[in-house]
Amino acid sequence: MNADFTAEELEFQKEVRQFLEAEFPKDIKHKVDNGIRLEKDDYVRWQKILYKKGWVAPNWPVEYGGTGWNPTQKYIFAMEMGLYGAMEPVAFGMKMVAPVIYSFGNEEQKKRFLPDILASNVWWCQGYSEPNAGSDLASLKTTAVRDGDHYVVNGTKTWTTLGQHADWIFCLVRTDSTVKKQEGISFLLIDMKTPGIKVSPIVLLDGEPEVNEVHFDNVRVPAENLIGEENKGWTYAKVLLTHERTNIAQVPNSKLKLRKLHNLAANTPDGNGGTLLDDPMFARKLAEVDIQVLALEYAELRTLAAVSVGKAPGPESSILKIVGTEATQFIDELYMEVAAYHCMPHVPEQFTEGFEGERVAKGTLASSANVYFNNRKKSIYGGSNEVQKNIISKAVLGL
Amino acid sequence: MDFSYSDEQQMLQDSVQKFVMSQYDFDTRRKYLESEKGFSDEAWNLFAELGWLTVPFKEEDGGFGGSAVDLMVVMEEFGKGMVVEPFIPTGVISGGLITDLGSAEQKEALIGAIMEGSLQLATAYAEADSRYNLAAVATTATKNGDDYVLNGTKIQVLNGPAADKLLVVARTSGGQFDRDGISVFIVDAAATGISKREYTNVDGHRAAEIHLKDVKVAASELLGAEGAALPALEAAIDRATLAVGAEAVGAMDSLLKKTVEYAKTRKQFGVAIGTFQALQHRMSEMFIECQLARSIVIMAAMKLDSSATVQEKAKAVSAAKSRVGRAIRKVGQEAVQIHGGIAVTDELDVGHYFKRVTTIEHLFGNTDFHTLRYARL
Repeated sequence: MNADFTAEELEFQKEVRQFLEAEFPKDIKHKVDNGIRLEKDDYVRWQKILYKKGWVAPNWPVEYGGTGWNPTQKYIFAMEMGLYGAMEPVAFGMKMVAPVIYSFGNEEQKKRFLPDILASNVWWCQGYSEPNAGSDLASLKTTAVRDGDHYVVNGTKTWTTLGQHADWIFCLVRTDSTVKKQEGISFLLIDMKTPGIKVSPIVLLDGEPEVNEVHFDNVRVPAENLIGEENKGWTYAKVLLTHERTNIAQVPNSKLKLRKLHNLAANTPDGNGGTLLDDPMFARKLAEVDIQVLALEYAELRTLAAVSVGKAPGPESSILKIVGTEATQFIDELYMEVAAYHCMPHVPEQFTEGFEGERVAKGTLASSANVYFNNRKKSIYGGSNEVQKNIISKAVLGL
Repeated sequence: MDFSYSDEQQMLQDSVQKFVMSQYDFDTRRKYLESEKGFSDEAWNLFAELGWLTVPFKEEDGGFGGSAVDLMVVMEEFGKGMVVEPFIPTGVISGGLITDLGSAEQKEALIGAIMEGSLQLATAYAEADSRYNLAAVATTATKNGDDYVLNGTKIQVLNGPAADKLLVVARTSGGQFDRDGISVFIVDAAATGISKREYTNVDGHRAAEIHLKDVKVAASELLGAEGAALPALEAAIDRATLAVGAEAVGAMDSLLKKTVEYAKTRKQFGVAIGTFQALQHRMSEMFIECQLARSIVIMAAMKLDSSATVQEKAKAVSAAKSRVGRAIRKVGQEAVQIHGGIAVTDELDVGHYFKRVTTIEHLFGNTDFHTLRYARL
């Protein structure tokens, strides 16, 4: 057993740190550190820098633009990025549709779509969930009916994150309703500019229109945009759900949040002349979640190690999803506890770029309640934590 | 042993319940929140007309009686509909301070106006660094001839934007954490030297950060004896704590009801999700939490109405807030989780109940604060 980094790996860690110091744009760093909302352009700009460096796609095969790193290097890179506050590229293109395209798409599709995803020239969004197909995703009803060289798509997709910015959407659609529900689903790529598509924003609890409903009304999609075989879409989506859950545990992010939280607690008056960190009740909770994240980190490392010797990640990713999201949510609760009265004001404009006044309530703590509300989504999306527990019951415990 | 309401309490409950059910639906509430003031004058006047604004006050001051159980009855029903009118800042906190500290003239001038609905008040007690310690007061009031001069900043002043008068908690002597030396002043909201930064809270309620710069207040506007206001402030905040605890009990009842209803109708995998035992048990746990929260709030209300000592009363309130706080986290989170994505949208009322009860958890002392206060009292 050995979890130490080799000399080369330590050298690599240093290189990543130096790169982040030098290349992560200072204005974006300022936004991240001060809780100022990031814009689409911030993501695009940063991804183009990663792209130029050749580090944009650690998990892609080398032939399509991957880095060729071993699992330890990938881990180091993700950890350093997270601890520095540098955003991961938006997942929909990089982590969700691209692996489907390079695994199951034809050569023409690979050439057409992958380079623009890598370079962040094209934004993607996801069309999986529907109003009546949530945890039971396979019951989706959006139809695609073949008509000559086209599919005609009708239906509604929901919870489409960042759909308002997207150029393309990848969808699971029903192409056969006469067979078992999982067997009549296809994977289709659709240009968001196609006539008949309407995007309507859904405002979430923090007041932000982060997700959308996407309506398809007789949308004609060229048949060449079908990935792989018709009616095999569920298999493609499912394979990638387990394979592409990299960083699902969000350990680097949680570590950064805990580090900041510790700092905040040490500087938050307890109202009696001390600081909140002196409060044993608070200190205990902080330590407990710290320990939980440490256990999670080693659970993730064990999974990575298994993958590196050729074992496919199985239901372990369900553990990472459940524990990772719950840890994040618990950290959000602690931020609110640090904030106390300061968590209450809802003043979103003070978290936008260009706001020059003084913030109501203390620094980033003023958004802590909204962050807590918003992050309740984490145990719901990506296969709810209940669905993850079903997977463990069935696939691991054989129940 | 008798936990039933008196006829008067039953009538009070019926009347508030009827109002909430028939005149305070989710869309109406949203309309009020989006209005300039953030609540409805019309509703407020109706509260006055129906006598609800007399509930916090003693009979000798012209009120309904001022019992904590009465207050609980009203607040629980308010909680079911997430009523946003400033009943707590005006009636319970400010009204409580005036009842406890006010001279005959001050009561005469203020209590009648509160009860008839013509006076809005806000009590400015919290400060940026005070956390939940009511004795941590850095705002100063310095005697200068016949006046006091106030300087300092108050945060999270509920109903601050609409208040005609502010009750400002300031230090007339002693160090920042001393229990002695705290005084309360009645200050005109438009007085020279006051500036307000108004905002909406995450639960939709309006509040303000209030800056006091050399604000001159006549000595006649001192509420109670100089330097001796802390016990009354603690009592008023304790009553408000009981009130929001009862409000949370009502709101959690709504959350449970809505969650069970949803679980019966929402179909996934071909069946209603309420048929899954994993979810059934969690809803049973929500029910248990609701029952325990209700029980401990009743305990605290009865204690406040008893001849118990000041310390026993405070301890009962902290017990209630601590236990209700735990229930809030459980019931709130489970209601959202069982509903799924729809509950994190602004469109559905469930998320708004979740936001209100979460705010209550952090108001007037969070769970840890009250657990520790309970241990030490």
